[in-house]
Amino acid sequence: MIQPDETAAPAPARGLLLGSRAARWGVDWRYVWYRLSASPLTVAGFAIVSVVIAAMILAPAIAPYDPNRLSLAVRLAAPSWQHVFGTDEVGRDLLSRVIWGSRASVVAGLVTVAISMSIGTCIGAVSGLFSGWVDTVIMRIMDVLLAFPSFILAMALAAALGPSLMNAILPIAIVRTPFYVRLARGQALTLRDRAYVRAAETFGSSSWHIVWRHILPNSMAPIIVQATLDIGLAILTVSALSFIGLGAQQPTAEWGAMVANGRAYFLDQWWYPMFPGLAILVTAIGFNLVGDGLRELLDPRLRGR
Amino acid sequence: MSLLQILCRRLLLASLVIFGVLVVTFITSRLIPGDPARLMTGEHASRETVQHMRHVLGLDKPLPEQFGIYLVKLAHGDLGISIRTERPVSEDIRRFFPATIELSLSALLFAVAAGVPLGVTAAVYKDSWIDQAVRTVSVIGISMPAFWLGLLLLDFFYNWLGILPGTGRLDEGITAPPFITGMFTVDALLAGQWHTLYSALTHIALPAFTLGFVNLGIIMRQIRSAMIEVLQEDYIRTARAGGLSAARIIFGHALRNAMIPSVTMLGLLFGDLLYGAVLTETIFAWPGMGNYVIQSIGFLDFPSIMGFAMVASLAYVLLNLAVDLSYMMLDPQIREIG
Repeated sequence: MIQPDETAAPAPARGLLLGSRAARWGVDWRYVWYRLSASPLTVAGFAIVSVVIAAMILAPAIAPYDPNRLSLAVRLAAPSWQHVFGTDEVGRDLLSRVIWGSRASVVAGLVTVAISMSIGTCIGAVSGLFSGWVDTVIMRIMDVLLAFPSFILAMALAAALGPSLMNAILPIAIVRTPFYVRLARGQALTLRDRAYVRAAETFGSSSWHIVWRHILPNSMAPIIVQATLDIGLAILTVSALSFIGLGAQQPTAEWGAMVANGRAYFLDQWWYPMFPGLAILVTAIGFNLVGDGLRELLDPRLRGR
Repeated sequence: MSLLQILCRRLLLASLVIFGVLVVTFITSRLIPGDPARLMTGEHASRETVQHMRHVLGLDKPLPEQFGIYLVKLAHGDLGISIRTERPVSEDIRRFFPATIELSLSALLFAVAAGVPLGVTAAVYKDSWIDQAVRTVSVIGISMPAFWLGLLLLDFFYNWLGILPGTGRLDEGITAPPFITGMFTVDALLAGQWHTLYSALTHIALPAFTLGFVNLGIIMRQIRSAMIEVLQEDYIRTARAGGLSAARIIFGHALRNAMIPSVTMLGLLFGDLLYGAVLTETIFAWPGMGNYVIQSIGFLDFPSIMGFAMVASLAYVLLNLAVDLSYMMLDPQIREIG
């Protein structure tokens, strides 16, 4: 039965999203601003992520040189005004390669998370909504996947598929999927009994419609937090796979692969592995700070802590 | 649910996972583009030689039968022959595993020894400068590419300051201590070889710090948030009202309760340690499993890659099972929840 108090319009909660009408993505900007002003680390995170994404989009416009242009006259040049980050062993400008590298590393991180999030969320929502044997089978498979040491599995899969950036993305996406399945299933289980879902069922909405219109939009908050934190992790993992030779291949400008190439020169040309590695660190810090900030914004239990 | 039922369920799940590990490593090793027989016999081998090798390797049999043979061989500890070292993979793993265990344990020891006190301090003095510092360091730790940190430390302490050795496990001219555990620091200590112990310690310092730093961030964060939660509990307020000293409350009551959820994390950290060890070992030329498997990847040496993946996964699954069981012993509440 529908409880009368549940059908009443929810009071505008002081939160980022307004009550169960969150499906409409009503955002209380004054509240967001209030929370952000109290958390300088989150603001720093947003600033880093904005700069990285801008660099990624504007790479052709802002990179001072062609990232793949060889100029043997300036091999392994130290940082200078001409080459701010120095040059590599074939005279390619490292600043340009680091900027262009965001198109490989950050995009790889984003794609990885997009794949695991979308697949995992759908499986989880279906699993939670239907329960029964479908749920049991899905969750046992996820338990098995979760029990694997994920990087070792990703490494074995990437090695078997052959080294390429795409073959590094896929295994990482697979091993991260169960986290979203669990999250979305938990959300679906609590949402399943809400009045508006029951009402939709009563009016004959299809299961697909219920998942798409009610379950997914209302369970997005924790999933988005998880995804933001995961982007940093995915960038780290993709660059680690590239570092050990299982990801991006020459001459692609990718941060992990650049550190790997620079390794042979680091005793005398410290700048070569220094800047690509710094790019990985700073980008991962940015996404982690944003993720932490979003979690505090969206999780009422953490407020005021 | 009774404790026994939970125990049975966990054991059943663990055996399911182990079976999954075997299936995945088997399928992955059959996914390889190219023919393992061709890889083993070399580029210029004749068709007959390759055919013969396929027969020797059992690759001409149907897949389910191959899987059966794989399981039987595994039960006898046979992981195949490494293409690169031409030794049995199981022998290679026995040879290189102690170094990885030594590195991982040292890293974990460092991360726990530094992370727990720092996490507790941050929680007790929440929002103070020390809390901000701990939170900043933990975000940096979580975001740190271990392979890059290793390079920087090597450059600074070995190349620049020259106070720590660069690579390997012992200085040249020093022989390994008598084999007891295979961990040089422990063996040297047990044998009373102080000079060897010193050399082993200076060699493990940088790799252990590199690997530990990444996990330090995770431990500090976990302990901090668990402590903040516990410190808000009613029983802490009661203890305070009862006039217990701050130290008694923090270490005797709060930390003990905050440690319970943190135990599970230690098992999961082992997976991160293995992953970090692969990267750290390559940087410091640490002769462990990680270094071994990276070199194997270069040679497309699939028997050793899969052997490593399987042994590492098994170790991870069994360790997490042990952690879960000890967790049930520690926390009576979990028996109710199941």
